[in-house]
Amino acid sequence: MTARIGVVTFPGTLDDVDAVRAVRLSGAEPVALWHGSDDLSGVDAVILPGGFSYGDYLRCGAIARFSPVMDEVIRKANEGMPVLGICNGFQVLCEAHLLPGALIRNDRRTFICRDQRLRVESRDTVWTCDFVDGDEIVIALKNGEGNYQADAETIARLEGENQVIFRYLDGNPNGSVNDIAGITNARGNVVGLMPHPEHNVDPLAGASIDGLRIFSGVQRFLSAVTA
Amino acid sequence: MARVIVDVMPKPEILDPQGKAVTGALARLGFAGLSVRQGKRFEIEVEGDLTEERLDQIRHAAETILANTVIEAFDVRVDE
Repeated sequence: MTARIGVVTFPGTLDDVDAVRAVRLSGAEPVALWHGSDDLSGVDAVILPGGFSYGDYLRCGAIARFSPVMDEVIRKANEGMPVLGICNGFQVLCEAHLLPGALIRNDRRTFICRDQRLRVESRDTVWTCDFVDGDEIVIALKNGEGNYQADAETIARLEGENQVIFRYLDGNPNGSVNDIAGITNARGNVVGLMPHPEHNVDPLAGASIDGLRIFSGVQRFLSAVTA
Repeated sequence: MARVIVDVMPKPEILDPQGKAVTGALARLGFAGLSVRQGKRFEIEVEGDLTEERLDQIRHAAETILANTVIEAFDVRVDE
C-alpha cells in the first residue's frame, strides 16, 4: 500500500511544495496539511518543512509550535508516528520539546546557502534506515539560525545514545555543538535536521539525489510495520 | 491599567551573535570598552486587578512561550 505522508504548511513556510514533490518522486502519496486544522487526514507520517513560519517572530518556530495542527502532531509523535522536521521544521520540533536543545543564530552571523557534505551517524531511525552508518552525502544547507545548542548533559546523552544522526563535514558551518546537523528522539521516530533533503531528489536540480533515501527510508519502515 | 514587564535574555553560556554584532558596531563608532548582550523586553498591559495569581499566570506564559528556557532566562516584574 502506498504510504500517505503529510506536509504541513504554516504561514511563512517556503519549502512545502518541494517537500510534497520529494514525497511524490520517492513513490509515496503526499497529503497537504494546514496549520490551522487539527486534522492530520489519517496520514502515516508528517513532515514539517522549511521556511520562516510566522516570519520567525519571537523565535524561529516558537509561534508555529502552538498552531492547532501541532497538538495532533505532538500526540501522534508520542505514539510513535514518524515525524521529520527540516530546517524551520527542526526548529518547531525543538520548540515543541519533541526534540531536545534549540537552534540559535549562526555564529558567523551570515545566512548560509550551499551544498553541504554530511556524514550519516546513525541509520537507526525510521527516516534514515535506507542509509549505512558512515555514509557521506551531499544535501543543500540554507539557514540563518542553524546553530544547534543544548546543555552538556543533553549533548552527552545524544552522543551516548546514538541520537546524533547527521554531522557536518569539511568544517562547521554555523557553530553547532559537535558539528551536529541532525538528531533524533530516544524512540527514533522524530528526526530534525537543518539541511534540506527535499532539495536533493532530482539530478537536474540538485548536487546529489542523496535526499531521496530519507523519503524512501520512512516508506520502508512503514511497509515493515504494516506487513 | 497595570503593566508587567518581561525581560528575556540569552543565558550567559549561550553565544549571542546579535550582541556581538552590536558590540563590534559600537567599537567601530568609537564607543570603546562596551560589551553588549541583546535580549527582548515585553510590555504587557493587564486588564483588571494585578493579583499574585495573575502574576503567576504571566510567569507561566513567559516560561511557555515568551522565553525558550533551553537558551534564555526571563524576569517578570511589575512596572510601577
